[in-house]
Amino acid sequence: MSVVYVEAVGLFAPGLVGWANSREVLAGERAYSPAESEPLPKYKPTLLPANERRRATGLVRLAFGACEDAIGERRSEVSALASVFAASGGDYTINDQICRALLEPDPMLSPTQFHNSVHNAAAGYWSIATQSQAPSVSLSAYDFTVAAGFVEAITLATLEGWPTLLALFDNDICWPMGGARPVNVPFSAALWLTPERSASSLAAISMALEEGPRDQSPVSDPNLESLRLGNPAARCIPLLQILSRNSSGSLYLDTAGGQSLRLDVTPC
Amino acid sequence: MNPLAITSYTITTALGAGLTDNWRGLESGRSGLQPCHFFDIENLQAWVGEVAGVDSVELPSSLAAFDCRNNRLAWLGLQQDGFIAAVESAVARYGAHRVAVFMGTSTAGIHQTELAYRELDSDSGALPDWYRYETTHNSHSIADFTRSALGLSGISSAISTACSSSAKVFASARRAIASGLCEAAVVGGVDSLCLTTLYGFNSLQLVSPDPCCPCDVDRAGISIGEAAGFALLEGDAGSAEYALLGYGESSDAYHMSSPHPEGEGARLAMAAALEKAGLTVADIDYINLHGTGTVANDLAEANAVARLQAMAIPASSTKGWTGHTLGAAGILEAALGLLCIEHGHIPQTLNTRRVDPALNANILLRPLSRPVARVLSNSFGFGGSNCSLVLGRLP
Repeated sequence: MSVVYVEAVGLFAPGLVGWANSREVLAGERAYSPAESEPLPKYKPTLLPANERRRATGLVRLAFGACEDAIGERRSEVSALASVFAASGGDYTINDQICRALLEPDPMLSPTQFHNSVHNAAAGYWSIATQSQAPSVSLSAYDFTVAAGFVEAITLATLEGWPTLLALFDNDICWPMGGARPVNVPFSAALWLTPERSASSLAAISMALEEGPRDQSPVSDPNLESLRLGNPAARCIPLLQILSRNSSGSLYLDTAGGQSLRLDVTPC
Repeated sequence: MNPLAITSYTITTALGAGLTDNWRGLESGRSGLQPCHFFDIENLQAWVGEVAGVDSVELPSSLAAFDCRNNRLAWLGLQQDGFIAAVESAVARYGAHRVAVFMGTSTAGIHQTELAYRELDSDSGALPDWYRYETTHNSHSIADFTRSALGLSGISSAISTACSSSAKVFASARRAIASGLCEAAVVGGVDSLCLTTLYGFNSLQLVSPDPCCPCDVDRAGISIGEAAGFALLEGDAGSAEYALLGYGESSDAYHMSSPHPEGEGARLAMAAALEKAGLTVADIDYINLHGTGTVANDLAEANAVARLQAMAIPASSTKGWTGHTLGAAGILEAALGLLCIEHGHIPQTLNTRRVDPALNANILLRPLSRPVARVLSNSFGFGGSNCSLVLGRLP
């Protein structure tokens, strides 16, 4: 059994800007009414040097929104963190720009556009922002990316001893790609996981793989459930709910091969 | 770490499909690079390592939804060297749900999207009906295709860290096996030619107008290639000959598309791989360099080798044979390293005539014939993602 400890949580999604501001909604103490909340603002990363911040795309900023929220004031500790950036898809806006440029007889791509198109763009900016030379993994498992992200982050922490920041994020998808892959809402969450319990640990998470698909832990609030289903990264909402209540609980996450990843949460 | 057995492996590159053709190409000094005619491109002065016959590969009807150049290349690669039979044997021993899949790619089937944009609906701007995103363009399509083609139901993930992707799959697979999430893992990488990378690297002025000549004083950039490679890793060594002995991962934390000039991240990755293997520099017989052929990469990597005190170890880049296969480079060069161990052969740096005197490393211009027990293989990518592997014989 692999066990990690949650040191901090970050959140950046419509109506859920910041973990501290969102706990009541996630705990069911306040209604989640996304229609009334402001659209998600463009996040301005504070850890990135200005020249890099100018080049950072919408997807990179989305990831930073949650990661910087998780880090909070503890900036002196970020350079020691490994990272896992789990995103189902890449930067569709950049991909759209590149595909349109490639229709020209003499295609001209911008160098920045091209380096921003790699799946590990957010991880690259994050390492520059934090000056962390620790291992960093960027991955996708389509609709099963949250489970794959937890597998990677928990094994990095437990097996290699790295305190690890797990970012779970996907942007909404512009037309026409959005017609082929409908994701209508951005979502970004981050968990700072440690291999050892600390004085500030919020909860312990243990991981086990179980055969066969399970009930994927729907949430009762219909608006939150709509968010959970509307963005592959938001499949982590049931976990965030358990953490927000400071309670024990379990959830199942689908894996691509048809097994289920069970996460058991115990408050510290 | 305990060595992780490599019980089967295969590669398909511009040198040919399967290990035999690739070994013959390596031994004979025959490059797989040709002037770029991919997709009838005429406005790029470039050489590419294109795999022959990919367009005519037909996927079985059960896998038709995955049809795209990248998955055709993957299918061609899977047919070689008895790899499918080896995986079937692992499934018989462990069960399909206990064999995981970790695949590296940088662009997966993005070329399918490039083609679809040529057929956008003139009124609505919609993509054509035939277009499938999940099974072609999405990074995970290559992992899902591999899993489906091999009938596996273990966990799967696509690692996409640009040009280190399919080296890092070894690390992810080892973590999963050691954590008991699976008994074995199919790892690999597939990247295929596409317009995004050809014109993208061109925009960075990193594409060589001539066949790439890594570490040469006159090197002028990369030649892009494509490849499919797979390996079967098992926690239980059985009668396996080869193993992953160590791996090291690091981040440059420096720049999105330029390596740290002193190669600090690269040095960290190599040092971590050696430490994990319980080895020192003196135990390494050959360094397969990332050696892309860009001015900055080769200098940074040589600086890293020198700072590791490994400047005497025979080193070469094999990019002159295959081109830079991007997300497939890690698995490809791990496999070439295993071929070097099998045949007692250390390849030269093909196409390179005069080694840049600024490079403080033992860059080979002629092959060496001598026993090779352990190989260090480097893969570095955009975003400053570094991974080094140590491969060797099992005792």
